[in-house]
Amino acid sequence: MRHVISILMENESGALSRVAGLFSARGYNIESLTVAPTEDESLSRMTLVTRGDEAIIEQITKQLNKLIEVVKLVDLSEGSHIEREMMLIKVKAERAHREEVMRLTDIFRGTVIDVTDTSFIIEMTGKSSKLDAFVRAVHEELVVEVVRSGPSGIARGAKGLTL
Amino acid sequence: MELSGAEIVIQSLKDEGVEHVFGYPGGAVLHIYDAIFQQDAVKHILVRHEQGATHAADGYARSTGKPGVALVTSGPGATNAVTGIATAYMDSIPMVVLTGQVPSPFIGSDAFQEVDTVGITRPCVKHNFLIKDVRDIAKTFRKAFYIATSGRPGPVVIDIPKDITDPNIKIPYEYPKKVRLRSYSPVSKGHLGQIKRAVDRMLAARRPVFYTGGGVVLDNADEQLTELVRTLDFPITSTLMGLGAYPGSDKQFLGMLGMHGTYEANMAMHETDVLIAIGARFDDRVTGQIAQFCPNAEIIHVDIDPSSISKNVRVDIPIVGPVKSVLKDMLKVVSEHKKRPDEEALKQWWAQIKRWRGTQCLKYDEKSSRIKPQFAVETLHRVTRGDAFVASDVGQHQMFAAQFYPFDKPRRWINSGGLGTMGFGLPAAIGIQIAHPGAEVAVVTGEASIQMCIQELATCKQHDLPIKIMLLNNGYMGMVRQWQEFFYDGRYSHSYVEALPDFVKLAESYGHVGMKIERPEDLEGAMKEAFSLKDRLVFMDVIIDPTENVYPMIEAGKGHHEMYLPPESELV
Ligand SMILES: Cc1cc2nc3c(=O)[nH]c(=O)nc-3n(C[C@H](O)[C@H](O)[C@H](O)COP(=O)(O)OP(=O)(O)OC[C@H]3O[C@@H](n4cnc5c(N)ncnc54)[C@H](O)[C@@H]3O)c2cc1C
Ligand SMILES: Cc1ncc(C[n+]2csc(CCOP(=O)(O)OP(=O)(O)O)c2C)c(N)n1
Ligand SMILES: [Mg+2]
Repeated sequence: MRHVISILMENESGALSRVAGLFSARGYNIESLTVAPTEDESLSRMTLVTRGDEAIIEQITKQLNKLIEVVKLVDLSEGSHIEREMMLIKVKAERAHREEVMRLTDIFRGTVIDVTDTSFIIEMTGKSSKLDAFVRAVHEELVVEVVRSGPSGIARGAKGLTL
Repeated sequence: MELSGAEIVIQSLKDEGVEHVFGYPGGAVLHIYDAIFQQDAVKHILVRHEQGATHAADGYARSTGKPGVALVTSGPGATNAVTGIATAYMDSIPMVVLTGQVPSPFIGSDAFQEVDTVGITRPCVKHNFLIKDVRDIAKTFRKAFYIATSGRPGPVVIDIPKDITDPNIKIPYEYPKKVRLRSYSPVSKGHLGQIKRAVDRMLAARRPVFYTGGGVVLDNADEQLTELVRTLDFPITSTLMGLGAYPGSDKQFLGMLGMHGTYEANMAMHETDVLIAIGARFDDRVTGQIAQFCPNAEIIHVDIDPSSISKNVRVDIPIVGPVKSVLKDMLKVVSEHKKRPDEEALKQWWAQIKRWRGTQCLKYDEKSSRIKPQFAVETLHRVTRGDAFVASDVGQHQMFAAQFYPFDKPRRWINSGGLGTMGFGLPAAIGIQIAHPGAEVAVVTGEASIQMCIQELATCKQHDLPIKIMLLNNGYMGMVRQWQEFFYDGRYSHSYVEALPDFVKLAESYGHVGMKIERPEDLEGAMKEAFSLKDRLVFMDVIIDPTENVYPMIEAGKGHHEMYLPPESELV
C-alpha cells in the first residue's frame, strides 16, 4: 500500500542523506521525497511517499525514528490528510494549440506563468492524481518538460506535527 | 581555560573519563598526537593497523561496559577502521572513533588522503559527526559519548578536519555538563501494563523458555535475569552474544540455541508455549526458517530498540525498555502475583528436557589420538578455572569455544557475532588486557583468522600484554570446509590454508613465547605452563584433528527440530 510519511527533523546537512541511505540500504522504495526548512529554521519537514505491506511500513517508521536527527514523524495515511503537489510544465503552444491548452489549464485551475510565441509554462498544484490527469490530457507531442515537486502532506484537524 | 582544538579533543576525553585510546597516527591527526604527547592522563596504545585499533577499543568496551575509543588518521586510516566500526555496530557495542579529516577548506577537492568518512561510515554507525568549528568540539564529544552509550549502544564516529585542531587557535574551554537532544530520548522504563500482561502469561505457561541475548550483557542485567529465572524455575537458553549473562554451568541452562545450539535448547524452542525473549534480536542464525520458528508459542519480547521488535518474527507481547529495569519490574510483579508457576506442568517439561539432554548432542570422540578442538577448549576451561576472558575469532573454533567453555559471568566471552569478523580476536584481547591488567586473557583462534591481524603481536610486545593465544590449527578454514563437506559434496574449493608460517618461530620473532602441541596428553601440561608465564604472551599452536565438524548444526533455512547431530550422539 502507498503511505505518506511526514517527518520533522533537524535541519542539518547530513540528515537528508541519512534518510535516503536508510531506504537504499534496507531495500525500501521511495516514490517521492520533498524537504524544506520550516518556520523554525533549525527544523526541516520532509514528506516521503513509499510503498510496502504493513510489516515493512512498520519497520520503515521504526527505522526512521531511530535516526538520531529525526525528531518526530507521522504516517499521514493512517488518518485523514491533505496532499498537494506542485508542477511546472512546459508545453508547445503554437497558434493552432494555444486555445486548447489555455482551456485545459483553466479547467484544471492552473496558471500560465510564461509565454513565448511557441510555448507556455503552466504552474499547477493539486493532488498528484490531478497533475497526472492534466499531463494525460495535454497532447503527448506538446509536452516539452515536466517538473514536479512530489507531494507534500499535512494531517487534517487542529493538531500539528510540532515539537 | 583557553585551549586549542587538539587540546580540547584530549581534555574532552579526560572529562568523559576516558583512560585509554587505541590509535595510529597520520597527517590529519598530527596536532592531536602532539597534544597526546604533552599529557599522560589519557594513555595511547599504538596498534599496528587501524582495524586493530577499532577491535581493541571494542574488546575494551565489551569487557568493561565502558565506551572504547579509537583514533585514526584520514583516508586509509579511516577506511582501515571501517571493518572494526561495522563489527561494533552489528553487536551494539559502545565506541567512539575519532577520525582525522583533511583541513575544512580542502574537503571535497580530492585532497591528499581525503575520503568521505561520514559518508562511508554512515550505514555502520549509530551516528556520526563532522566537526566544522573548533567551538563545537566539546559539545560534539559530549553528544557522541551519550549517543554511543545510551539506549541501544553503538559506535559513533567523529570526523575532525585538521584545521579544527590547529594548535595556534585557542578558545575558552568548558565541557558541557548536560546533554539534551530533542530528537533522541531512549526509553528508560518498560510499560507496566505490558509487563503485567507478560507475567500473567509466564505464570500460566506450561512449557516456557527464556531466550536471552546480548542486550542482557549490554545492560549489566545478569543478576536480575538470574534471579527471575531461578524464581520461576524455567529453562533458559542464550544466543551466542548473551553467553555468561546467566551462569553457563547452571542446571537450568540449556546451552546456546540456534544454528550450532544444543539439541535441548532448539527442541525446547520448537515445543515451547511461551517464549520470553530478552535483549535478543531474532537473528537468522537463531531462528532458522521463520515459518517453523516456535510454532506453538506466544512470544514476549523485551528490547530497548522498537525496530528489533517484530522485525523478523511477529511478537505477541512487546515490551520496549531497558532489560534491567524491565526485569526488576517483572520480579516485583511476580512476587506480588497471586499465581505461582504451574508446578506439575513444569515437572513434565523438565522431564522432557531431560530426555532431550540424553541425546548428548555435544559428544565427541574423547579417545582420539589427535587433539580434538572440543577437548582443547575443555582443557582451557579447566586450566583457567572457567574464569578467563576469552576472545575469539570466527570459525569452527569460535563455536567450539562457545559450546565447551561454560561462561558463568558476563563480559567474559568476547566475540564478533553479527558481522563475524575474522581477525577480531587478537586485537580485541589487547583491549581486554589493557582494561584488566591482572586478568587471564585467552584468544581462541584459527590459523586463517589469526593471520588477519597477526601484526598486533607487536602491539602486545610493546605494551607487555601477557595474552595467551590458543590456535586451534586444523590447516583449514574449518567452517568453510564443513559447509563444503555438507553441502558441496566435499569439493574443498580454496578452504585449505596452504603455506602456513611456523607459528612458534613467528611468535618468537615478535619477542613472545611459542609452543607447538600435537598430542592430547601434552596439552594440559603445556597450557598450565603457558598460563604460569604471567608476564609473557604465549602462542600455543595446537595441532587438531582437521576433519572435526561443529555439531549440532541446523542447515540455514531449516527448522529448529531438524538438526545434524554428531556421529557420537545417542540419536545417530
Ligand atoms: C560462525 C558464526 C556462527 C553463529 N552461530 C550462532 C548460533 O548458532 N547461535 C546464535 O545464537 N548465534 C550465532 N551466531 C551469532 C549471530 O550471528 C548473532 O550475532 C547473534 O545470534 C545475535 O545475538 P542476539 O540476538 O543476542 O543479539 P545482539 O546482537 O547481542 O543484540 C542485542 C539486542 O538487545 C537489544 N538491547 C541492547 N541493549 C539493550 C538494553 N539496554 N535493554 C534492552 N535491550 C537491549 C538490542 O536492541 C538488540 O536487539 C553466529 C555467528 C557466527 C559468526
Ligand atoms: C573477514 C572475513 N572473511 C571471510 C569470512 C568467512 N569465513 C568464516 S569462517 C572462515 C574460516 C575460518 O578459518 P579459521 O580461522 O582457520 O577457523 P576454523 O574454522 O578452522 O576454526 C571464513 C573464511 C569471515 N567470517 N570473515
Ligand atoms: Mg582453521
